Amino acid sequence: MSLKIQALTRSIWVYHLATGSCNNCDIEILDCITPRFDLERFGIQLVGSPCHADALLVTGNMTTKNIPRVKAVYEQVPKPNVIIAIGTCALDHGMFDGSYTSRVKVDDILPVDFYVPGCPPKPEGMIAAVAKLIAQLRQ
Amino acid sequence: MMDTINILIFPGLIFTIILALFVAWVDRKVTARVQWRVGPPLLQPLFDFTKLMGKETMIPGQATAWLFYAAPIMALTGALVFSFTLWNANLYPDNSMVGDLIVVVYLAMIPSVAFMLGGLVSGSPHSVLGASREIKLLLGDELIIVMALMVVIIQSGGSIKLGAILDYQRTYGAVAWSPSGMIALILAILAMQAKLALVPFDMSEAETEIMGGTLVAYSGPLLAFFKLTQWIMRAMLPLLLVHCFWGGIIFSSWVSILAGLGKLLVFWVIMILIRNTNPRVRIDQALKFFTVWGGCLGVLAMILAMLGY
Repeated sequence: MSLKIQALTRSIWVYHLATGSCNNCDIEILDCITPRFDLERFGIQLVGSPCHADALLVTGNMTTKNIPRVKAVYEQVPKPNVIIAIGTCALDHGMFDGSYTSRVKVDDILPVDFYVPGCPPKPEGMIAAVAKLIAQLRQ
Repeated sequence: MMDTINILIFPGLIFTIILALFVAWVDRKVTARVQWRVGPPLLQPLFDFTKLMGKETMIPGQATAWLFYAAPIMALTGALVFSFTLWNANLYPDNSMVGDLIVVVYLAMIPSVAFMLGGLVSGSPHSVLGASREIKLLLGDELIIVMALMVVIIQSGGSIKLGAILDYQRTYGAVAWSPSGMIALILAILAMQAKLALVPFDMSEAETEIMGGTLVAYSGPLLAFFKLTQWIMRAMLPLLLVHCFWGGIIFSSWVSILAGLGKLLVFWVIMILIRNTNPRVRIDQALKFFTVWGGCLGVLAMILAMLGY
């Protein structure tokens, strides 16, 4: 395992991208950095700019209007990076299935590495996903 | 030979960088403890730096490329020369040149200027906004720093040599223990808060408002250089305070060196606690605070110092 990947797994900076979600997943993501869970123990930080990010958290059901914006944000995330789809909507539209505002799924647009199901997923679920992600990156 | 070791290893380049990484960790750990969290491990700033060095560098389409590359290098160079000048004055007080107090004030400004430059050429509205706020803030806090240092100069008999200020304090006691020195120290800590872009004066980098301000378009190694500059300044500006107000670091034994670094950490933890217990103010509020309240207190401290208190 290279030094680059080892340092990456110990300092994952996260950019949080909502593509038309109901805001519930976004609130649960913020729960992960509160005192009860404290993901900063593992070096995980929320950053404000996609240029600083290592991981892109995508929530929501990818409305048609949002597709060019999502692509623009994805192009600004420097490599190496990972993309995590959070919540049932990001996986297969969930309760918005068949809606005229959203015809494509997140993984039609972006190369998603990880899926976290749930409506919304619990912070414990997201932490488990992060642990699996780090284990997979280290291999 | 000794000079080379002093410049490159201790207390020069390598020691400064290790101290800067440690100071950055203290910042995150104390912040975490204030918020009742566990906080990151000791090597976290090192991991962050290594990771950023391994990432891809992206140049925004609207940016002026050569200035975009030059700004982080200029910032890091300025911060390192600033640290060398300070360490030299601490290590050999008799050897420091005339007027190096003024040189140090200018050198401490170079990283701020480089941050502005990087922000202005990167072509993002957020970073331009951050840079313009940084310019305004610099107008406010430089005035206060110069006034606070004037008190030190008056007390130590009109000397503008860092070494002479140190000698004065070793003979007659620290500047901070006099009434005028105490006022000047409090003002200087507040001005440092603005210079280091810490809350309540972090409007140039407000993460929740303009997404990191001047740094918004930087990525990869260039961002790593800017982060390292920030961490070095966070270690070195408290050292300037220790030097001018609290007798500096005495390089005679390990115990006295550790005591000096302890003084540095005391100032740094005070700044972190101010940062964690205050909200961000607006740029006009900060300027009014510095020019009206800071200016009045600064003049008062200078008058007290001239009267001998």
